[in-house]
Amino acid sequence: MAIELKMPALSPTMEEGTLARWLKVEGDTIEPGDIIAEIETDKATMEFEAIDDGVLSKILVAEGTENVAVGTVIAHMEGEGAEEGPTPAPTPAPAAAPASKPTPMPTASAPAPVVRANDPAIPEGTSFTPTTVREALRDGMAEEMRADPRVFVMGEEVAEYEGAYKVTQGLLDEFGPKRVIDTPITEYGFAGIGSGAAMGGLRPIVEFMTFNFAMQAIDHVINSAAKTNYMSGGQMRCPIVFRGPNGAASRVGAQHSQNYGPWYASVPGLIVIAPFDASDAKGLMKAAIRSEDPVVFLENELVYGRTFDVPDLDDHILPIGKARIMREGKDATIVSYSIGVGLALEAAETLAAEGIDAEVIDLRTLRPLDKEAVLKSLAKTNRLVIAEEGWPTCSIASEITSICMEEGFDDLDAPVTRVCNEDVPLPYADNLEKLALIDAPRIVEAVKKVCYV
Amino acid sequence: MAKKPAAKPASRAKKAAKPALSAPSDDTDFILHSLQEEFEKKKRFAASDEQMLEFYKQMLLIRRFEEKAGQLYGLGLIGGFCHLYIGQEAVAIGLQSALDGDRDSVITGYRDHGHMLAYGIDPKVIMAELTGREAGISKGKGGSMHMFSTEHKFYGGHGIVGAQVALGGGLALAHQYNEDGGLCLAYFGDGAANQGQVYETFNMAALWNLPIVFVVEDNQYAMGTASSRSSAETRFHRRGTAFRIPGMEVNGMDVLEVRAAAEVAFKHVREGKGPVLMECNTYRYRGHSMSDPAKYRTREEVQEQREQHDPIERLKKALMEGGHDEADLKTIDKDIRKVVTEAADFSESSPEPNPNELYTDVLVGEY
Ligand SMILES: Cc1ncc(C[n+]2csc(CCOP(=O)(O)OP(=O)(O)O)c2C)c(N)n1
Ligand SMILES: [Mg+2]
Repeated sequence: MAIELKMPALSPTMEEGTLARWLKVEGDTIEPGDIIAEIETDKATMEFEAIDDGVLSKILVAEGTENVAVGTVIAHMEGEGAEEGPTPAPTPAPAAAPASKPTPMPTASAPAPVVRANDPAIPEGTSFTPTTVREALRDGMAEEMRADPRVFVMGEEVAEYEGAYKVTQGLLDEFGPKRVIDTPITEYGFAGIGSGAAMGGLRPIVEFMTFNFAMQAIDHVINSAAKTNYMSGGQMRCPIVFRGPNGAASRVGAQHSQNYGPWYASVPGLIVIAPFDASDAKGLMKAAIRSEDPVVFLENELVYGRTFDVPDLDDHILPIGKARIMREGKDATIVSYSIGVGLALEAAETLAAEGIDAEVIDLRTLRPLDKEAVLKSLAKTNRLVIAEEGWPTCSIASEITSICMEEGFDDLDAPVTRVCNEDVPLPYADNLEKLALIDAPRIVEAVKKVCYV
Repeated sequence: MAKKPAAKPASRAKKAAKPALSAPSDDTDFILHSLQEEFEKKKRFAASDEQMLEFYKQMLLIRRFEEKAGQLYGLGLIGGFCHLYIGQEAVAIGLQSALDGDRDSVITGYRDHGHMLAYGIDPKVIMAELTGREAGISKGKGGSMHMFSTEHKFYGGHGIVGAQVALGGGLALAHQYNEDGGLCLAYFGDGAANQGQVYETFNMAALWNLPIVFVVEDNQYAMGTASSRSSAETRFHRRGTAFRIPGMEVNGMDVLEVRAAAEVAFKHVREGKGPVLMECNTYRYRGHSMSDPAKYRTREEVQEQREQHDPIERLKKALMEGGHDEADLKTIDKDIRKVVTEAADFSESSPEPNPNELYTDVLVGEY
């Protein structure tokens, strides 16, 4: 019987890939475990392995073909016949695979809004280049490494592997192993070594493979890095950047899906940055590296691959502690940061179609928080919703609410409202995960509520 | 290079002043190498034909199950991270076949499907967890990396590298505290072996004489990092030396060798002599998880391991030498494939969890 071989998914967010190489030719006999082909994405290579006995009867997608959608039939195989019984291999109906594929978070594939025009930090007449957030972060680090020999990067898989999420791509090639250092899986140890190196006059960038693993190291981030300047009466500094992806990815479960923004933002002595788009990622990364203070720089895996305009400036550096108006509006304010900004913009579009003109503010820095920007917008719209991909309790949303109560009470026409993830550990199941995470419709609903429509 | 700890006269003299642990001779480091010596005397478990067949079936079940999981992942039915155990089957089977199922506990990291199958847990509920369905062993809430079966005293299934070692120490403390006669088997990787909490646990386990066997599954890589690039001492069984924990070095590609080592280690622990550190040298054939750049090792290296050291092929050869013919073994394979296919079908047709499950199991009590 004929078996259809389909383009496999290598990761939950993969939608297409390159069929790099066929390792078998038509007519070859195939045994289970034989490698039939090599599939590639920008992040990974996978050997496509046979599950069944049979003969490769027809190759449908030539090697070297790019952008092959997951689920595409790439070859036919003739099964070994009755002896093996019905072959369980990729028998589902052609449509079944793509349909049952877990869809990435709603934002992952949303079109990138281009909204640089209203950024006061970028001079009039600047040209822009579309860049992914991943590249922008790398470019920011590379520029600072070129400019300052004290800057170096360390972390798990940052050098030879070029980063688990490929953020440090090319850095080892350019800067060599002295400045791009692979560490063992010892977060507590290398966060301490990084902090000590900063105290000793270097400018370390410590990558955590994800911030979930920084919990092993949080003692050094807080007790060693954040408090030293104060305790030494300003003598001893700790200029270090702790960076890595933060927040939920796609179906990686409770231990790998947490937003630490509120945790770090509660600590005096730390700078906490959580950019959304590529321009901010680059400009704030450069600012973080140059800062004399310890910085926690929270990225987001689901945003790494998104493309945004980055200004063509020799030294694109942005101010720490300044929010940005992503979309101007007059009816209600949506405050957000990181991946939530994309959702807020999406919600604003939906609301606009329904006649509600929402202003969207990207906090960009969580500590120090740009209170003025929030209060100014509140004074204009008199209604405010905070959209946060994270738990609601003791959140950035709670903090903003408190600021609005204490300093913006007279401007409020409706209760400040939080839209956050559900207050549960993140479940693995596709349907439950979707239910647990913030999305644009929930923001739309909250804005309507504060507008009393 | 390979200096035996006992060969250092200075340290020996110093140690002699302290009360020796359990040295039958004046070799105060006897404890550190005694188990290896015991193991070397009879390195392969003398399995009956029946036992060999059982090991074969169990290893093959893991292999086929994992191949199927890889396939379901490719079809998008499994999401997130999924770490396959292909190549390492002999470790879980060799060790867990020697456990006392009523008393002993097991804990491991995220590469956990094999350890669960070794218990004979229904492949259906494991596969359904991988697809995130209601019938999954964690009701679909945990996924591949977070599976547990308290019924079998299998305590996970942990996503944070190294965490299971300290937790295993705690399970061992509970065995000791309850005087239940059980021991804990705590598995971790060559990469995990560098986490600080591993050594904190070694110290307490040795200090308190806890009933625990620490097993380093050295599959030579932690993601894309070869152990020699991350570990100053890659002979992991020696890393207990500073804590007076005896080490054992075992070929993890031979189920009979692993089983023989397990017997020696478990006996030592059950006699109340404290923890053992066992290094099982093995190899993972597949990528670290499904997404793997595959650039840190050569295809030839993987091929060499598969062709020369495969644990299933090795046992198959032994079975055939013992009188089983190819057809017999093919029938076993066919039956196992059927079980795995049924598990896959079940995992696809089982419904997704009920939406209200989102809020259950957060806390036990109501407040
Ligand atoms: C504390 C922590 N740091 C990093 C990771 C990411 N990570 C997951 S598995 C892994 C490699 C572990 O390798 P090893 O211990 O050798 O086990 P193997 O995967 O080879 O079984 C890493 C770095 C993690 N899950 N937890
Ligand atoms: Mg390993």
